[in-house]
Amino acid sequence: MTKSAKAEIALELHDLSVAYRVAGRNRAVLRNLSLNIRQGEAYGLVGESGCGKSTVALTVVRYLPRNGSISGGAISLDGQDVMKLDAEALRRARAESVSMVYQDPGKALNPSIRIGRQLTEIFELGGITGQAATDRAIAMLNRVRISDPPSVMQRYPHQLSGGMQQRVAIAMALANDPSMLILDEPTTGLDATVEAEVLDLIAQLRQELSASILFISHNLAVVSNMCDRVGVLYAGMLVEEGPTDVVFNDPRHPYTVALLRCLPRGGQRKDQGRLDTIPGFLPGIGADIKGCAFADRCALADNRCRSELPPLYDLSDERGKRLSRCFHHDKAQALPRATPSDVATAPKPTTAPVLRVAGLNKTYASHGHALRAVKDVSLDLRPGETLGLVGESGSGKTTFARLLLGLVPPDDGGTIELEGKALAPKLENRGDDQVKAMQIVFQNPDSALNRSHSIRHILGRALKRLAGLSGKVLETRLDDLVRSVRLTDRHLAVKPRQLSGGLKQRVAIARAFAGDPRIVVCDEPTSALDVSVQAAILNLLADLQSKEDVSYIFISHDLGVVRYLSDKIAVLYLGRIMEIGPSEEVFSGPHHPYTEALLSAVPKLDQTETARIRLDGEIPSATNPPPGCVFNTRCPRKIGPICEQQEPQLAEAQPGHSIRCHIPYPELARLQKAAVTEPA
Amino acid sequence: MSAVPTTSSPQDNMRRRSPMAEVFFSLMRSRTFLVGLAIVLFWVACALFGEHFTPYDPLADDIINALAPPSSEHWFGTDQIGRDVFSRVIVGSRDILTVAPLATLLATVAGTALGLLTGYFRGIVDDVVSRILEAFMAIPVVIVALLAIVALGTSKATVIVVIGLSFAPIIARTVRSAVLAERELDYVAAAQLRHESALHTMFVEILPNVIPPILVETTVRLGYAIFAVATLSFMGFGIQPPSPDWGLSISSNYGMIGGGFWWTVLFDALAIASLVIGVNLVADGVHGALND
Repeated sequence: MTKSAKAEIALELHDLSVAYRVAGRNRAVLRNLSLNIRQGEAYGLVGESGCGKSTVALTVVRYLPRNGSISGGAISLDGQDVMKLDAEALRRARAESVSMVYQDPGKALNPSIRIGRQLTEIFELGGITGQAATDRAIAMLNRVRISDPPSVMQRYPHQLSGGMQQRVAIAMALANDPSMLILDEPTTGLDATVEAEVLDLIAQLRQELSASILFISHNLAVVSNMCDRVGVLYAGMLVEEGPTDVVFNDPRHPYTVALLRCLPRGGQRKDQGRLDTIPGFLPGIGADIKGCAFADRCALADNRCRSELPPLYDLSDERGKRLSRCFHHDKAQALPRATPSDVATAPKPTTAPVLRVAGLNKTYASHGHALRAVKDVSLDLRPGETLGLVGESGSGKTTFARLLLGLVPPDDGGTIELEGKALAPKLENRGDDQVKAMQIVFQNPDSALNRSHSIRHILGRALKRLAGLSGKVLETRLDDLVRSVRLTDRHLAVKPRQLSGGLKQRVAIARAFAGDPRIVVCDEPTSALDVSVQAAILNLLADLQSKEDVSYIFISHDLGVVRYLSDKIAVLYLGRIMEIGPSEEVFSGPHHPYTEALLSAVPKLDQTETARIRLDGEIPSATNPPPGCVFNTRCPRKIGPICEQQEPQLAEAQPGHSIRCHIPYPELARLQKAAVTEPA
Repeated sequence: MSAVPTTSSPQDNMRRRSPMAEVFFSLMRSRTFLVGLAIVLFWVACALFGEHFTPYDPLADDIINALAPPSSEHWFGTDQIGRDVFSRVIVGSRDILTVAPLATLLATVAGTALGLLTGYFRGIVDDVVSRILEAFMAIPVVIVALLAIVALGTSKATVIVVIGLSFAPIIARTVRSAVLAERELDYVAAAQLRHESALHTMFVEILPNVIPPILVETTVRLGYAIFAVATLSFMGFGIQPPSPDWGLSISSNYGMIGGGFWWTVLFDALAIASLVIGVNLVADGVHGALND
């Protein structure tokens, strides 16, 4: 390799192997990983959790935890062999040429030091002090599009929102003008609208900076929008690599094919077929892998796959250089489905609503101010129907769910009717039948399942209390219940911590279904799960619904997921319903400007880039909502003073589809149609 | 580094040791814990079987040999009525090792119940009970003991009740803060959505999850309880003569120090100190193992 060609490569990993020492044994995490990132290139690394993505990030700067060690291979950064650097040189490399941004900005920033000080510190390390350092810090904050940097510098991290914190973290990472920027899940945990902002920022910065980017994410859509090339990691091995759009549109490894199939795409809905899943589990770290690591989960695998490690086949063509580690790369896309797609859907007879909510309000007292978490919400839900609740965090989705369940009593005046009978506001005043009719699947199974109890105890107790069973009958029903969520007897004896996230969530679902509920609230049930597991959980929820005729109230920030499962959507903003209607109408529009912005914020795999709408600023405080239409401060389609003076009514635009906006429906339709045809 | 898998994937998890087993192995690796345990077990053995291997009867006086300095005959010397100090120190752990653990047990049971109650119900229950407990904590143990003795008379039972009730509020406070954190978890909401009674939720759902802090607090309190029993005995409110109890012995002999008869007091004092240190080492070990 000539000298100039070498200089073009910003990061090169050659045959890298990393092991973690767990319980006295070295377990391989990365296996002979080779990849290189050119200068100015954005390289995406994708794969399920536990496949070694973060380890790659840590290894590049030799920042592995104490039990981790590099067991072979070479890392070269700007032509420098990182393995050969002494402590001082390594420190300089970390300070000057590589920067990292982690998933949780709250943890990356020191909570007890003001933002300004944390930023100037970096410049002081580089020998710039005093006013000069302050000026540089302000310039950095300007660069990451933070308005009013001097005031932000005076604040502590907790006084900033998640999106702002992540901007500050990015500003810190860019402070020393690194040649390599490592972003480890930088937008996971942020709201869709904030995620879109941060991604936009990174995309803009790419134009300005020469830095190469290693972008680690489990979100395929984010990677497809941000990166030039992508590498798919499985069990610490690179299984496929190539230009992003080529890999995602024409995958040549069964794992990539399967991952892509797990996502509800192109507006797929539950009645159009089940999502595909990936059977089995990722091999544990350090597992002895003979042959192809994915063979156990791959329907295309034959004997050769199980005994012989496939090489990285070079499949380069005119679309670019690409690799696939599969003997059957030519027929990878013919991978048979792991889950049959077909669903039997009987047309639902229109019956009386199972749930009817009218004029529901919830006001909290917050430091002497009234905080209206939920304001005047009315809706109804039919048996077997799913209502999707969407909106940014702080929009009142979870509070609304808790009001329904009676975990939080609503303000006086509103009514909740279950099958025609009014429900007491407080849970303890509701009848046993009413309580068991409405159950919930919480977001985080670690919090929702008692870690001291066995699965048998958890489900047995639910059956006893909710279904009133005992003895033999309970045992029989427990078996049925366990089987209905596709767990086995083997899982009954263990405690929740011994199960994976997906299995825990199945237990939580089984618990909610113990007493044959009429309504199950699902509060972000898949947000902590990998896509393959998410697909299985969504399928399970859809199957249970068609079998039991149960209604769901489904809360999620992932609009693709909401669309897959919902018949009806309510869009919440500052505790108010901004739009409610049949799922397809809300998604296809014309819709409320806020819905429009939410939809446009979602990174899409199918790269049909439409005019992107960005919301400025933060969601306003619910203690002091803006006058008039609460959305007016951020609305890209604001029409004038009327928006600031008068709160619009939730008016029916089409039968069953209501929008809270001053812009008349035909006008919204015209505006939004124009936006789609306009070039971005 | 939250993102680093130090543990392993789902199917490996199935084979992982239970939390209790993990704590046990961690304790067995902790030198602090093992040294503390050895000291404590030594004194427990002395309390149980000491009388069989003491060279002299710890209660037998021998006026002719009174205040004899340590020698090969009397390793720790003799006290003012000629009783063998070594024999008395060996058996002297018996009363303190009955009273202190029982007092700690009482404190733990009462404190846990109060902590669950205040942490679970919060609001007005918490405000009222917590203020009463704080008022209680403000009164020194000795004053409570004085009052109790006037009311109940001196006996081991009085000492147990006094120390138990004095320590209960401290344990209650620790339990309360642990319960407050647990209460926010969704499994408590899930229990409410099964219409479980408050008692069930507190004792069956929450209690098992707050055992670790209770265990740590209990071992720490045991060290303090030993000290408190010795103090009360020294002041004459605790264990009564003719028991060879350490605190009592120091109390009846400390006037002798001025005359140079240091051995009548020093060995009892060292015994108390070693037991308290032993218990505290155990407490440190338990704390470390549970917070790994």
